[in-house]
Amino acid sequence: MGLMEKFLALIEPAHWGVHPDDRKRPAADAPVRALPLPERLYVPLQQHIGAAARPIVLAGQKVKKGQLIAEAQGATSAAIHAPTSGIVTAIGEVTAPHPSGLPVAAIVVEADGEDAWIETESVDPFALPPQEIARRVAAAGVVGLGGATFPSALKLGLGLKAKIHTLIVNGGECEPYLSCDDRLMRDRAPEIVDGIRLMLVATGAQKALVGIEDNKPEAIAAMAAAARPFREIEVRPVPARYPMGSEKHLFSELTGMEVPADGRTTDLGALVHNVGTAFAVHEALRHGRPLVERLVTVNGGAVAFPGNIRVPVGALVEEVLAFAGLKEEPARLVMGGPMMGSLLPHARVPVVKGTSGVLALTANEAAAHAPGPCIRCSSCVRACPVGLLPLEMSARIAAGALSAAVDLGLKDCIACGCCAYVCPSRIPLVQYFNHAKGELAAQSRAQLRNEAAKRLAAARAERLEREAKEKAEAALRRKAERMAQKAAEAAAAAGKTPESEATA
Amino acid sequence: MIAAILSLTVLGILLGFGLGFAARKFAVEADANVAAIEALMPGSNCGQCGYPGCPGAAAAIAKGEAPPTICPPGGKALVEALAKLLGIGVDLSAVADEGPKIAVVQEEICIGCCRCLKECPTDAIVGAAKQIHSVLREACTGCAKCIDRCPTEALRMEPVPVTLQHWVWPKPRQDAPAWA
Repeated sequence: MGLMEKFLALIEPAHWGVHPDDRKRPAADAPVRALPLPERLYVPLQQHIGAAARPIVLAGQKVKKGQLIAEAQGATSAAIHAPTSGIVTAIGEVTAPHPSGLPVAAIVVEADGEDAWIETESVDPFALPPQEIARRVAAAGVVGLGGATFPSALKLGLGLKAKIHTLIVNGGECEPYLSCDDRLMRDRAPEIVDGIRLMLVATGAQKALVGIEDNKPEAIAAMAAAARPFREIEVRPVPARYPMGSEKHLFSELTGMEVPADGRTTDLGALVHNVGTAFAVHEALRHGRPLVERLVTVNGGAVAFPGNIRVPVGALVEEVLAFAGLKEEPARLVMGGPMMGSLLPHARVPVVKGTSGVLALTANEAAAHAPGPCIRCSSCVRACPVGLLPLEMSARIAAGALSAAVDLGLKDCIACGCCAYVCPSRIPLVQYFNHAKGELAAQSRAQLRNEAAKRLAAARAERLEREAKEKAEAALRRKAERMAQKAAEAAAAAGKTPESEATA
Repeated sequence: MIAAILSLTVLGILLGFGLGFAARKFAVEADANVAAIEALMPGSNCGQCGYPGCPGAAAAIAKGEAPPTICPPGGKALVEALAKLLGIGVDLSAVADEGPKIAVVQEEICIGCCRCLKECPTDAIVGAAKQIHSVLREACTGCAKCIDRCPTEALRMEPVPVTLQHWVWPKPRQDAPAWA
């Protein structure tokens, strides 16, 4: 360790991440409101990582709130449920909440206004075996609500396989502007704790660590009070620093261990789940209610009454913004946080399970600066939470040398945006990395496609050969049969003749 | 022996001068542009432009009878080079320099004759007699062998559609630096 590093370590123990102005209040302090039921809900079939769900309803069919309308298909997928009672009017396409503005398949449910739930059975979830808990979580379509939307049941199942000893519950919520997890922890701490206890049973972990950033004192107090009766659950404030909510960083902060570059927290015996997921698990197990609505932070300079709104999955961002009120025409719409959220092409996109927030930013907040040249100040290197060299990687990607960027650790980049946030030249570093990751994925897809084409061509050649052989065999068989028949006829004729002669 | 050498030498010199004179006197004025254009063209003489090979197309382009966008194999790169050479502006959006393509069945005119699926080298077309056929997007390699087999022209080559799973963030623009 050089002298400089020693000095830096003295003034700042871990020099990663950034400290953006959090702008969480007053939205975080406003009481939760519920969105009035929209007329139509557009429920995308792909709201999770993995394969899209397969619809099992027909247009014109009546559905109840919470009824399964699309089932999971494939190993990694999640079920989708009707967010309200009503009639399925169409299964079509809707613009995805994605910067590309491309369409995604969706089921349109026209609300009948009754909002009537399906019949649910209530059981004591703690009497269930762990596998059954995971199965019920899967049946409720619960996905990771921290943003990655990975199907939760798969993660819980992983716990049983990978010998998990610690469950880490992520209440970090490090993204500026967002406060939906904060609000949930303040209002629903007992339910979250119940969900955590269920997840402990499902994973077989012995203890749970709840990490909450210290800029949320009310949430910390509420969670600590709710968790007091349970010795296995410990609430631990962590310093507010972006990206503390990244699972590997929260894990390091809470356990003091570091996840290897190509590893996961499960390799070290820990599983990370979001507080929102814990709440969804509680709802699914205690009340049999699938994940059909969530808390969404509506914030940004253009919003008249910022706050947290309970929104059914499939409601349009337009309706959510109209409910919260707009002071002015937003210059930019973002779904998620300002650091990692996705830019929305327009407001007619549905809220999905992974929507933590909807931001309507003013021109001032969203000020886009034209990029300048890199001055090699290395601010991005100090900010990078995974210890990469963003300036070097982006230079290589700009020159088209993707493999050189991979050699520098591109695959470890978590796209948190710290580098672009601190860059004095306003270089869109994360866009470079996202572009390169997408290109690399496209290249590997093309390769897979080529291999698949070769396999298909070989299978076809084999089939043609087999068919020709079978045809030849069948022809031979028919010929033999004909010969036998002829011989039999000839024999019969030969046998008959003497008889006929005799009768004659 | 000597007479033969001398007579052939004199003959050679005279004919040489004659040819040299004729080349100057009866020279056909060729357009320098044609040669330059021809040098840029792919030179495969595929005939897709409708002219007799690349020289024919080059001559037509030089005369202004054909647009510089005429050559499909050359694509956008050739159009840009030609436009620069000829000093003309060209609408690049009209150029069909398409990326990968796949076959698509127009269901309203497919008669279910099964001819195309016998042709497909990867078995990417599914269908049965008198049933509408369909191309499996993921299995089609875009070889276009099936196109000519269709009696109703129900098969078309279309660009591979971009889906959410295939979309890639564009590379940040670098051509307009803010400090310039």
